[in-house]
Amino acid sequence: MSVALELRDLQCVRGSRLLFSDVSAAVPAGKMLRVQGENGSGKTSLLRMVCGLATPDRGEVLWQDQRIARLREEFNLQLVYLGHAPALKDDLSALENLQASGGLAGLACSESEAASALAQAGLRGRERLPARVLSQGQRKRAGLARLALSAASALWVLDEPFNALDEAACVWLQGLISAQLGRGGVVVLTSHQGRAWDSAQPQVAITLQPPRAVADAQIGRMMGAAE
Amino acid sequence: MDSKGFSWYHFAAPQRFYRLAGIAVPWIGALAALLIAGGLVIGLLIAPTDHQQGDAYRIIFVHVPAAWMSMVIFVAMAFWAAIGLAFNTRLAHMIANALVPTGALMTFIALWTGALWGKPTWGTWWVWDARLTSELILLFLYVGVLSLHAAIEDPRRADRAAGVLALVGVVNVPIIYFSVKWWNTLHQGASISLAKAPSMATPMLLGMLVMALGFWAFCIAVSLARVRIVMLERERHTAWARQAIGAAT
Amino acid sequence: MTPVVLPMPSRTRRPPGALQGMRCAFMRDLRGVLRRRTDAVAALVFFVIVVSLFPLGVGAEPALLRTMAPGVVWVAALLASMLSLARLFADDHQDGTLEQLLLSTTPLPLLVLAKMAAHWLTSGLLLALGSPLLALQFDLPTSSIGVLATSLLLGTPLLSLIGGIGAALTVGVRGAGVLLSLLVLPLVVPVLIFGAGSVGASEAGLGTVAHFSLLGAMLVLALVLAPLAAAAALRIALE
Repeated sequence: MSVALELRDLQCVRGSRLLFSDVSAAVPAGKMLRVQGENGSGKTSLLRMVCGLATPDRGEVLWQDQRIARLREEFNLQLVYLGHAPALKDDLSALENLQASGGLAGLACSESEAASALAQAGLRGRERLPARVLSQGQRKRAGLARLALSAASALWVLDEPFNALDEAACVWLQGLISAQLGRGGVVVLTSHQGRAWDSAQPQVAITLQPPRAVADAQIGRMMGAAE
Repeated sequence: MDSKGFSWYHFAAPQRFYRLAGIAVPWIGALAALLIAGGLVIGLLIAPTDHQQGDAYRIIFVHVPAAWMSMVIFVAMAFWAAIGLAFNTRLAHMIANALVPTGALMTFIALWTGALWGKPTWGTWWVWDARLTSELILLFLYVGVLSLHAAIEDPRRADRAAGVLALVGVVNVPIIYFSVKWWNTLHQGASISLAKAPSMATPMLLGMLVMALGFWAFCIAVSLARVRIVMLERERHTAWARQAIGAAT
Repeated sequence: MTPVVLPMPSRTRRPPGALQGMRCAFMRDLRGVLRRRTDAVAALVFFVIVVSLFPLGVGAEPALLRTMAPGVVWVAALLASMLSLARLFADDHQDGTLEQLLLSTTPLPLLVLAKMAAHWLTSGLLLALGSPLLALQFDLPTSSIGVLATSLLLGTPLLSLIGGIGAALTVGVRGAGVLLSLLVLPLVVPVLIFGAGSVGASEAGLGTVAHFSLLGAMLVLALVLAPLAAAAALRIALE
């Protein structure tokens, strides 16, 4: 089973603080990479390294056995990244936003395709309103609607996608992710809420711990073994 | 172990560079003091009094070398910034960073000495001639690099952003100089120009050269000393830096 | 139950031309400014106010005003551009769209160029078109007004391009507004010199070909280099 996404010994230094170190994972096609950790443990930094937005201080990220630093636009073609902010322009409607972000991502999406994606996201009837008037949950859903158009992107990187979503929207998102995994794609996501659904997916899980905690744990183990 | 022979990366390790710089600084500093003293002797004592401008012209022995150094340092800063951006080494950025205050100082000295020259010679404290105006803009560019670096908190981003600005600046400086020269000849005619130094007798040229070399050595010594301090600050979480700080205090 | 692992989906989409991405970025920016017109109008009003302040400061003697006019209009245009440059990348940075630009399939320098073009259409172009009215306030002869407007038409794209580098360098930095002006104004001195100088040259009968050619040459150079520098600065800013 070949590995689609591989993280090798990633290290992140913020200022003079070591956020995390020696983070490795091998994710085959069809599996989810679940990144767990407390607030401030560097989950978002790790996800941005996977996208290629941030360069790791040490280590590398490989997509289909090639370093992403070398792939650049080819990699961007297969990547969808949704960060914390829904990346919507306030003055444009959800429809216009989706078409613009689709066009920038290399999708030639027509208005009807965009409208149907937004309808799936539960925004039917609101897709032509300026994004400014949508509630936070609706804005999040408008941002996530892009996933409905991204069936051809093999790698989805989602930063806390279930935040601010109500139950129905959560179910919808779970369906999208499951479909992506079923197609053989890879989904990387962070979560700091334990969910039953999360644990049921085929996945590789990593937990980010601050290095001191790791060192303490190692020392604890050594001392335990010595007794 | 290393059969490739000499490798530049050998010296890029901050610790090694720190030690080497520490050895070099006093020697280069002594050389600078010698050259500047010699230059001043030539400039103030040996070079003849100019029949047109009297003794006031002697300020060019400081003004011209300072102006030269301000430009040389800007190019050097851009060079090290380019190395740092291309090869992603911390040391190159630290060197570029350390050069900026010295360059700004040289520009400042050039501007002040230009003003001091203008007063007895033409009766005004400031003259909008091509060189002084270009030096003024160069000072603004230096201040811009310093401000940008100071405004960004993450040191790595600050280094790289200041590096990009330095490169943009170095491409612009010839264009700026050319445009200011054009502007100057259009608006004032060629009457007042600090570039019109008295026709150079050999002792004057020699004096300027010696002073220029002295300034160069001074700038190198000061920059190396500053790089050492920047290094200690940046690497203070490593063992060698803590040792060095402990030994110094 | 072991999950079935399907093979990786093949790349069924062909990468679209770079033009599509550029068009999306351009139209998105343009639409945004057209729907929220106050920003663009405010910069224009600032331009008018600054130009009107000078006669109040130096006296209304006609000959003096006539000599001062090109310089005053040009400096006011510089300052108004500095104000409007802040919104080139700052808004995108805040709502998360800037990151998406870096992850686009279109090369970043092209997207940056598209954004700078949209910015110029809603700032510099307006200044250039509004300048004749202001020049009338200073009693400039008609021929000079034409030269002034043309010089602004050639020069304001340069302000968007070079200023865009400054905007990219200061994205998300505290105090970015003033810092931006501090960084960009020294760099655009040649544009000011040749732009304002063109009017004086035309009045002196020297012809404007030299000035406009130099501005044109600088524009071509900036069209190639500025988007590259700004893209590099954006990547650094978002690391």
